[in-house]
Amino acid sequence: MADIDPVLDVRDLTKYFGGLRAVESVSLEIMPGEIVALIGPNGAGKTTLFNCITGLYMLTAGEVALTARGQRKRLNGLKPNQVTELGMARTFQNIRLFPNMTVLENVMIGRHCRTRSSVFGAIFRPPATRREEQEVVDLSYGLLQEVGLAGLVDETANNLPYGAQRRLEIARAMATDPVLLLLDEPAAGMNPAETSELQALIRRLREKHGLSILLIEHDMKLVMSLSDRVCVMEHGSRIALGTPEEVSQDPRVIKAYLGEEADA
Amino acid sequence: MRDLKHSAITAAWFMFLTLPIMVIHVNTIEKTIAWRWENMAYVGAGAFVLSYVWRFLMRRRDGGGFRSLSPGAAGRGRLLRAAIEDRRISYPAAAAFAALVIAFPFLFSLYQVNIMISALIYVMLGLGLNIVVGLAGLLDLGFVAFYAIGAYAYALLNLHFGLGFWVVLPMAACLGAFAGILLGFPVLRLRGDYLAIVTLGFGEIIRLVLENWGTFTQGPSGISNIPRPGFFGMEFGLRGSIVFMYYVVIALVLLTIVVVSRLKYSRVGRAWMALREDEIACQAMGIDKTKTKLMAFSLGATWAAMAGVVFAAKTSFINPASFTFLESAMILSIVVLGGMGSTVGVILGAFILILLPEYLRAFAEYRMIVFGAVMVLFMVFRPQGLIRDRRLRRKFRPTELRGDADGDSGGATDKAAGMKAAGAHG
Amino acid sequence: MEYFFEIFFDGLTRGSIYALIALGYTMVYGIIQLINFAHGEIYMIGAFTALIVSGVLGALGLPGYAILLMTLPVAVIYASAYGYTIEKIAYKPLRNAPRLSPLISAIGMSIFLQNYVLLAQTPDFLPFPSLLPPLDVVDRFHGVLSSSEVIIVVTAALVMAGLTAFIKFTRMGKAMRATAQSPRMAMLVGINVDQVISLTFIIGSALAAVGGVLIASHVGQINFYIGFLAGIKAFTAAVLGGIGSIPGAMLGGLVLGWTESFATGYVSSDYEDVFAFALLVLILIFRPAGILGKPAIQKV
Repeated sequence: MADIDPVLDVRDLTKYFGGLRAVESVSLEIMPGEIVALIGPNGAGKTTLFNCITGLYMLTAGEVALTARGQRKRLNGLKPNQVTELGMARTFQNIRLFPNMTVLENVMIGRHCRTRSSVFGAIFRPPATRREEQEVVDLSYGLLQEVGLAGLVDETANNLPYGAQRRLEIARAMATDPVLLLLDEPAAGMNPAETSELQALIRRLREKHGLSILLIEHDMKLVMSLSDRVCVMEHGSRIALGTPEEVSQDPRVIKAYLGEEADA
Repeated sequence: MRDLKHSAITAAWFMFLTLPIMVIHVNTIEKTIAWRWENMAYVGAGAFVLSYVWRFLMRRRDGGGFRSLSPGAAGRGRLLRAAIEDRRISYPAAAAFAALVIAFPFLFSLYQVNIMISALIYVMLGLGLNIVVGLAGLLDLGFVAFYAIGAYAYALLNLHFGLGFWVVLPMAACLGAFAGILLGFPVLRLRGDYLAIVTLGFGEIIRLVLENWGTFTQGPSGISNIPRPGFFGMEFGLRGSIVFMYYVVIALVLLTIVVVSRLKYSRVGRAWMALREDEIACQAMGIDKTKTKLMAFSLGATWAAMAGVVFAAKTSFINPASFTFLESAMILSIVVLGGMGSTVGVILGAFILILLPEYLRAFAEYRMIVFGAVMVLFMVFRPQGLIRDRRLRRKFRPTELRGDADGDSGGATDKAAGMKAAGAHG
Repeated sequence: MEYFFEIFFDGLTRGSIYALIALGYTMVYGIIQLINFAHGEIYMIGAFTALIVSGVLGALGLPGYAILLMTLPVAVIYASAYGYTIEKIAYKPLRNAPRLSPLISAIGMSIFLQNYVLLAQTPDFLPFPSLLPPLDVVDRFHGVLSSSEVIIVVTAALVMAGLTAFIKFTRMGKAMRATAQSPRMAMLVGINVDQVISLTFIIGSALAAVGGVLIASHVGQINFYIGFLAGIKAFTAAVLGGIGSIPGAMLGGLVLGWTESFATGYVSSDYEDVFAFALLVLILIFRPAGILGKPAIQKV
C-alpha cells in the first residue's frame, strides 16, 4: 500500500470564512478503488471541504493533490474546471442540473472538457467535428443506460422525478471521465428502494470504471454497507477515520452523534 | 366590487402622479402656464382600464392557467407545427417566401427597399446580440460600441486608404472580434449585472471618444460620402446600388442565421446554454467559464462590427449620434420582444420594432416610449418573448437509436425506438 | 492656489450630489440586489416637478424663499411617489425571476420615463430658476466658491446625517438593515419585507429628488435626459464606495466628484464623462467590492 499513490491526498486543509473556522486542518487519503464516506453532523464542514477540494473555494492553508493516470498534480489554486479536467467530478447537495436542457444534453455537457471542437468546427462542421459530436452522443447515451435513464433522453431535466435527477447528476459527472467521484448526499430524499438501487449503481460504477469515490451521506445504513472507510467530521475537524466498524465504536463519534440528537 | 374600488384607486393615484408633468406646462421664457386638464382625464380613464387588464394578466400569470384559459391557442400551435412539418405545405410556403424576398426590390419602391435594408441590419444586430444575451445569458449594454467600431472602420479605411466594402467587411469582423476579446477579457469575470453596467460604460466611452477625438474621427460632424458596395468592379446607379445593397444584406442575414443555428447545437452552444442556466455546475463540469463567455462575447461583437460596415455603406454618412446607448437598448428590446435565444423570434422582433414605426408615422413619435414599455411588460408577463426558444429535443441521436445512416428524418420512429430501448435497459 | 480651491469645492459639490443619488442605488441594491436603472430618472422627475411647481408659484407672485420652501417638499413627495410606483409595477412582480429580468425591466422603465417626460413636456433644455438664495458671507470668496455650492454641500451633509440616524436608531431602520442581511430571516421574524422594500424606494427617491432640485438650481438648466448621465455616475459612486454600503456611497460620491473635477480642471475638459466611465470600468474590474465593501461569499 505504501508504494501506491493515493488518488486524493488532502493534507492539513484549512478554510476560514473571515473569523469563522469552517474546516480546520483536515487530512484524508483516498486509495485507488476505495469508497470513503464523509459523515458528521450538519454544519461540520463537509460540503465546505468538498468545495475546497474541487476548487470552488480557495484554501486558507493546506494542500490537495490528485493522482490521475499515473501523474500527481497539486490542486491548490486551480479553478474548478481545471480540477475537473484533471479527473475529479462531483455532484451537488442541492441538485444543480441544467434545468431547461434535455437529459442527454446534460450528460453531453460533461464531455465538454474531453472534446475540442470550437467555433470554427461549429460553423463549418468538418467531418472531425461531426464524428466527435456523434461520439459524445453515444458515450452520453451509454452512461444514461448505466444509470437507467435511457428512456428519458429527450425529457428536460426539470421534468425528471427527484431520484432520477440525482442519477442524472451522477451520469453527468461520469461523462467527464473522472478517476475520483465526489458525491454530496446522493441518497438525500430517496426512499429505501431507490437508496438500495443507488448503492448498487455506485458499486457498479466503481467496478466498471475503476473509480474512487468520496461521498457525504447522512443515511447511516448506506454508509456502513457501502464504504470501505469512513471519515467523521465535527466542528470543522476530523474526529475519526477508519473502517465502518472502527468508527461506529469510536467514543468521540458516538458522543458527536448523541450530542447532535440531544440538540435536535 | 373590490376590483372596481381597486381600479378607481389606481386611476386616482396615477392622476395624482402625472399631475405636474402631464397637466402643467410652464413656459419658462414667457412665464406663462398652460393647464392641460384633458390629459388628466385620459390618464384616469387609461389607468382605470389598464388596472383591470393588469390584474387579469397577473392572475393568468400567477395561476399558470395559460393553457386552461385558451385551449384554442395550444390547438393553433399544434396545427401550425403540423403544417411546418408537412413537406407538402412547408416546401411551397418556403419557396413562395424566398421568391418574395428575392423579388422584393422590384415589387416595391426604393423607399421601401431602404427601410427594408434598415430592418435587416437590425435583424443582423439582433441575432448577433442574441448570441451574447440569448444563448450565453450575458447582458451586454454596450453592444453598439462594436457596431460603431465596424462603421468607423469602414468609413475611415475608405477615407484614408480607399479600401472598398468587400475588403473592409472581413477586416471589420476581425476587428470586432478582437475588440470583443480585448474588452471581454477583463470584464467577463464579473457578475451578470455588473457586466451589464461595465459594457454600458464601455459603449459610452467609445462614443465619447468618437465625438471628441476630432483629428481622427472628424468629431460630431461625422464622415460622409461613404461608398456603397460594388460587385467585381461594377458600378451601379443609385437605384442599382441600393438594390444590390439589399441583396448583400439578405445574404449576410442568411449567413447569420446559418451560423447562429449551427452554433446553437454545437459543443460551444451547449456550453453557453449551460453557463446561462447554472454557472457553478458548469464550472464543475470542466467548462472554462471565462473562455466560453469570451467566445460568445467576441462572436457577438463580430456581428455587430459587420452590421456596422453595412450600416455605414447604406447611409453613406455616419456620426457618433448614431451610436448612443439608446441604440443598444433598442437592439436589446428587439431580442427581449422576439424571445431570447429564438432566431425566428428575434427576426420577428426586429421587423415589428423597426418597421412598425416606419409605416405608422403617427406612432413614430412614441417609438422609444413603446420600447421601454415593451421591455417592462414582457419581462413581467412574457419573459420568454413572442416566440419561446424551443430547443429541438431530437437533435442528437445515439447511433444505437438510429434506424439507418441518417435517422434525423424519421423523428417519430426514433422516439418509438427510444422508448423500446429504454424498456429493454430500464 | 485659488484655482485649486475652486476645483476642490466644485468637486465637493458634485460629490455631494452624486452621494445623494448614490444612496438610492446602494440602498436598493443592498436589499434586493437590483441595479435600479430608473433611479436616475427619478432624480430627473424630481427636478422637473420642481421646475413646474416653482413656475406655477412664481406666476402667482410668491417671494423666492416661499417658492423654495414649497417646491422642495413637493418635488420630494412626487419623486417618492414615482419610486414607489415603479417598484410596484416593474420590480415587485419579478422578485423570483432570474437575475437579469428585473434589470432589463429597469432599463425599460428608465427609457419609458425619459420619453414620458420628453413627450409630456419638451425635448429641449429648460432654464431652471435659481432657487437657492445668495449668502452674503460666501459671496466675499467670489470665484472660489459660490453660495449655492455651500448650500448644496451643507444640505447634502444634513440629509445624509439624518439618513444615517434613521437607519441606525429607528425601528424601521433596523428592519431595513435586517432585510438587507437576509430577506428570508427578516420575514421569519415578522418584518414586512414588502413594506421595507417600498420604504427603501421611497427614501432613495426622496434623496434623489433633493439632489435633483439642488443641482438643477446650481447648474441652471434641465432636460429629460439629465437622469441618464447622473444615474450612471451616481451608480459609479455607489460601486466605488462598495455597493450596499451607505457610508460607502457617500465616500464614493466624494471621490468621484473630486476625480472628475480635478481631471477636467487639470487634464482635459473634453473627456469629462470619460473619466467617470473609465473609473467605473476600472473599479469593477479591479475591486468590484469597492472601497468599503466586503467581497461576497458564494454559497454552493
